[in-house]
Amino acid sequence: MKDKIAEKILLLIALSAILSLLLITFFIFQQGVPFVVRVGLGNFFSTIWSPNRGHFGILSMIIGSLLVTAGALAVGIPFGLACAIFLAEFSSKTIQKTLKPIIELLAGIPSVVYGFIGIVILVPFIRETFGGPGFSVLAASIILGIMILPTIVSISYDALSAVPATYREGSVALGATKWQTVRMVLIPAARSGIVAGIILGMGRAIGETMAVIMIAGNALKIPHSILDSVRTLTSTIALELGYAAGDHRAALFACGAFLFLIIIILNIIAIKVTKRR
Amino acid sequence: MTFRIGPRTNQIIAYSVLLLMTIITVLILFFIIGYVFKNGVGQLSLEFLTDRTREMGKEGGIFPSILGTLLVTIFAILIATPLGVGSAIYLVEYTRGGMIRRIISFGADCLAGVPSIIFGLFGFIFFVIQMNLGWSILSGGLTLAVMILPTIIRTSEEAMKAVPYTYREISYSLGGGKLDTILKVVLPTSLPGILTGVILGVGRAVGETAAVIFTAGSSLGIPTSLFSSTRTLAVHFYILAREGISMPKAYGTATVLIIIILAVNFIAYRLMHRFIARYY
Amino acid sequence: MYIRLHPFRSTHHFMMIKISIRDLNLFYDRLQALKNINLDVKKNEILGVIGPANSGKSSLLRALNRLFEIDGARVSGEILLDGKDIFSIPINDLRRRIGLIFATPVVLPGTIYKNMSYGPKLHKKFSASVLDEVVSRALKAANLWDEVKERLDESASRLSGGQQQRLCIARTLAMEPEVIMMDEPCSGLDPISTAKIESTMLELMEKYTFILVTNNTKQAARLATRTAFFLSGQLIEIDRTEKLFTSPSDKRTDEYIRGKFG
Repeated sequence: MKDKIAEKILLLIALSAILSLLLITFFIFQQGVPFVVRVGLGNFFSTIWSPNRGHFGILSMIIGSLLVTAGALAVGIPFGLACAIFLAEFSSKTIQKTLKPIIELLAGIPSVVYGFIGIVILVPFIRETFGGPGFSVLAASIILGIMILPTIVSISYDALSAVPATYREGSVALGATKWQTVRMVLIPAARSGIVAGIILGMGRAIGETMAVIMIAGNALKIPHSILDSVRTLTSTIALELGYAAGDHRAALFACGAFLFLIIIILNIIAIKVTKRR
Repeated sequence: MTFRIGPRTNQIIAYSVLLLMTIITVLILFFIIGYVFKNGVGQLSLEFLTDRTREMGKEGGIFPSILGTLLVTIFAILIATPLGVGSAIYLVEYTRGGMIRRIISFGADCLAGVPSIIFGLFGFIFFVIQMNLGWSILSGGLTLAVMILPTIIRTSEEAMKAVPYTYREISYSLGGGKLDTILKVVLPTSLPGILTGVILGVGRAVGETAAVIFTAGSSLGIPTSLFSSTRTLAVHFYILAREGISMPKAYGTATVLIIIILAVNFIAYRLMHRFIARYY
Repeated sequence: MYIRLHPFRSTHHFMMIKISIRDLNLFYDRLQALKNINLDVKKNEILGVIGPANSGKSSLLRALNRLFEIDGARVSGEILLDGKDIFSIPINDLRRRIGLIFATPVVLPGTIYKNMSYGPKLHKKFSASVLDEVVSRALKAANLWDEVKERLDESASRLSGGQQQRLCIARTLAMEPEVIMMDEPCSGLDPISTAKIESTMLELMEKYTFILVTNNTKQAARLATRTAFFLSGQLIEIDRTEKLFTSPSDKRTDEYIRGKFG
């Protein structure tokens, strides 16, 4: 009898996750969508963001987010994959056991600390070496790349480790070197896992806020070079929510809704990719 | 004859490149931590840790932030852990594939991917405004609870799945009911794994900024109740750094923050290993 | 072809039957693991159950203590324990009265004492001294007491395979069952441990009814009062052990016993 009651209670508890998700979706959209309907898609997707004058165009910020994400992937994927391959295929058990937690520790460092390091070290370096304000797409890409590295390493490592031993053995039996095996057999076999890791890394890069605010410069124009300042969707929300009111605030929620949509779509793609085996 | 790089040489090159990149990655981690520590360790004194914050952070210590971080995190854990473990119990013990399981898992997975700024927006409109909790430890804690919920669900689920099926069979054969079996066999066995998840959740919560700044606020006073607004360590650090209020204090705050996170990760790591050692 | 035991409706014979199974079918989804089983288990006998893999032997045991329900399987037919339908007996009581020893000894994490007290505590509240009594009595009956009496608060995983299996037997005995079912209990054990367990069974036969599923026909020949031969989910033949092994009525029984297949 008490078993039945327990089951019902646990079911309710288990629904809390999906319930929270629905709540979040509801409230964000409730604040943001009527606003977009009101000002029109033309305004919302224009390039000018000037809330005081009624311009709520997020296009330049979307481009900013895209550029910074692309940059992050350009940094994160090579290094992430390299670490994953090295750990999974070219290192002994002891090295794996020591290095993997260390790389996972990178994920634990708060984003504000990353941003801070960016400010005090990377930004001046870029400014002096390459010119420009230093607060730039380049700076953001590098720091974000480091931040999404652990995600890519973890998931790619798991994907590579999950490839059955028979694949390796078969390849080596044919006379291939380890690297050839990795390149021609293992990576293709682990492809869906690696892609899922990259998609998730992409999601984290798009959603990153604090570090980006600190080092990307937050200029409201579309950048022309990677040394230009840039502003992302997330930065705008974080920078202006503190004092925004009325329409302005609704606009920020609309930004959030748009962001949320993109992330959910990325998540669904990642889940689909992992399921397709 | 054209000069070709044979597969053996190829492998040596590849290995060196991979090794190099891995070393760079690891060095980056050590560098970041080392740099912050080097500049911040000097700030660490008993005074720094126990004094009130003065002059917007230019003077004084970080005690209010330490206390605030503690309170917000503990509150978040108190809410997220029962919900998370309960969800995991339901997923592992009561479902067997099927619609409900997929819905719950989907919900948890998506929640895990939501960026912290969105949680900040949500917490702001829902807890601070709608539920009229204002900028407070309550709002911050509740928002963080939703954030770390997926982490706890996932780790608890893995931990409980790792409990051998035969343990459950034996409990049933001895006449135990389902609840008995869960409470007296499955949960105690998976406890280390579950704790690891909780501790990882703590780590995440402590480093959070975007979700907390819009829900717990940024008040510098010593929090007196759950309804007090508070400025957590991460938020304090952010404000100090961004507004350029005081570099030394910023480094000091960051050092404390990183020490807490390192400690948390270390504990989780040891726990995880004790858990694995038991079964593999 | 199988020999059906005709249940005598006289009280005398009725009292001799501990478990009565009629037209039992067991289904795991589409797969039928037991087909139309009719058999009686007599009180205080050791009923041996032999047959090749996948013949339904384990499924039979899991049907009797309703463990199949956890596997998501379904049954049809009737099973009576002391004349009462097992589906109307409260399930935890049923499982106390019909205990099951698995093939691989699985000890729960914790001390030896904890393993022993887990079962009894599920059913009744005990004072510490009574619990100690129950534990030591069961350990003695399982012939394990002398080896562990000094180590009751050590982890149970430290015991050897044979000792762990005897711990599992003791654990079941602590519940004061009436029927003890053993599913290939000695499969992973060395000959000495096997011998100890077999002699324990013979000692306990007076007080309990045993159903012994075994892959080892010689073991059945050594221990069982009667033996049943299962093949592909059906009961082919059941008879006094001596008779079954020397002059079985069914050709398939004969072939299996002689090792022609299995």
